[in-house]
Amino acid sequence: MTSPLTPAVRMGLSIGLATGLYGLSFGALSVAAGLSAAQTVALSALMFTGGSQFAFVGVLGGGGTFGAATAAATLLGLRNGVYGVSLDALLRPPARWKPLFAHFTIDESMATASAQEEPAEQRRGFWTAGLAVWVLWTLFTAVGALVGAALDPRRFGLDGAAVAAFLGMLWPRLHGRDPAAVAVVCALVTLLLVPVVPPGIPIVVAAVVAFALASWQHRRDA
Amino acid sequence: MTAWWWILAASAIAFATKLAGYLAPDSLLDSPAVRKATASVTVGLLAALVVSNAFSSGQSLILDARLAALVAAAAALTLRAPFLVVVIVGALAAALARALGVLP
Repeated sequence: MTSPLTPAVRMGLSIGLATGLYGLSFGALSVAAGLSAAQTVALSALMFTGGSQFAFVGVLGGGGTFGAATAAATLLGLRNGVYGVSLDALLRPPARWKPLFAHFTIDESMATASAQEEPAEQRRGFWTAGLAVWVLWTLFTAVGALVGAALDPRRFGLDGAAVAAFLGMLWPRLHGRDPAAVAVVCALVTLLLVPVVPPGIPIVVAAVVAFALASWQHRRDA
Repeated sequence: MTAWWWILAASAIAFATKLAGYLAPDSLLDSPAVRKATASVTVGLLAALVVSNAFSSGQSLILDARLAALVAAAAALTLRAPFLVVVIVGALAAALARALGVLP
């Protein structure tokens, strides 16, 4: 007897559960940054790309404007466009389904789909991971927002949780000399700019610097 | 009300970015240069978010309990702790540093 849980489905479900749980920290941080519980849940259901959501509330929590928060979230979401290109080639969705595929395109669905060999498993992996993360991420965001609203953010170290969350997202991307150099330069640029420009702007400038460094690194290697 | 409009606008942009990948001609975005640039922008933004969340308060740079969170999170990551554990360790370190009066 074959199990209905193929390897891709199992991988998608476990990634969904693990990722969904981070929703707790996002929900708590978002209300600590000043958004309402409803606005926090809307970000998880609609924006649905964790890094950008953390960036959005991270900029707001630091006193930045909504414009700077949106710019940081947008720049951090650019990689999803690249995932879209790969998944379009991998899963070959019909034109009218592309918007639905697009909404569920995130780090986790991309990783689960591309870890599979056969097309049917790739499709199952994409949908299981995408839907499981969406349901659990949104649900745990709501729990985090309701619990977080009742906490004193500083007393419970929620500002420290934000620092740890960003470092945790950065860490696995630091393989090799080039990404490490980009991280160090962008961190220094941010520290230098914080005292002289409005909150949130240093983060956007760091993204531009990272882009320039990548172009230079690419030309050097070409 | 303004907050809601920004949330909807930022979400619409995030969706449009994802969809653009599905609609773009393969040759336009699927190049090593574009991959390298987007990976680099992600790293640069996350590094900037780490230090601004750790050391800034408005337009000033300060050292407070968030430093303990940064060090503890780095230690947890070195020990290959999963993401959620890293976040909890960071929160505990900041809360503990404050409760003990080590850092403000």
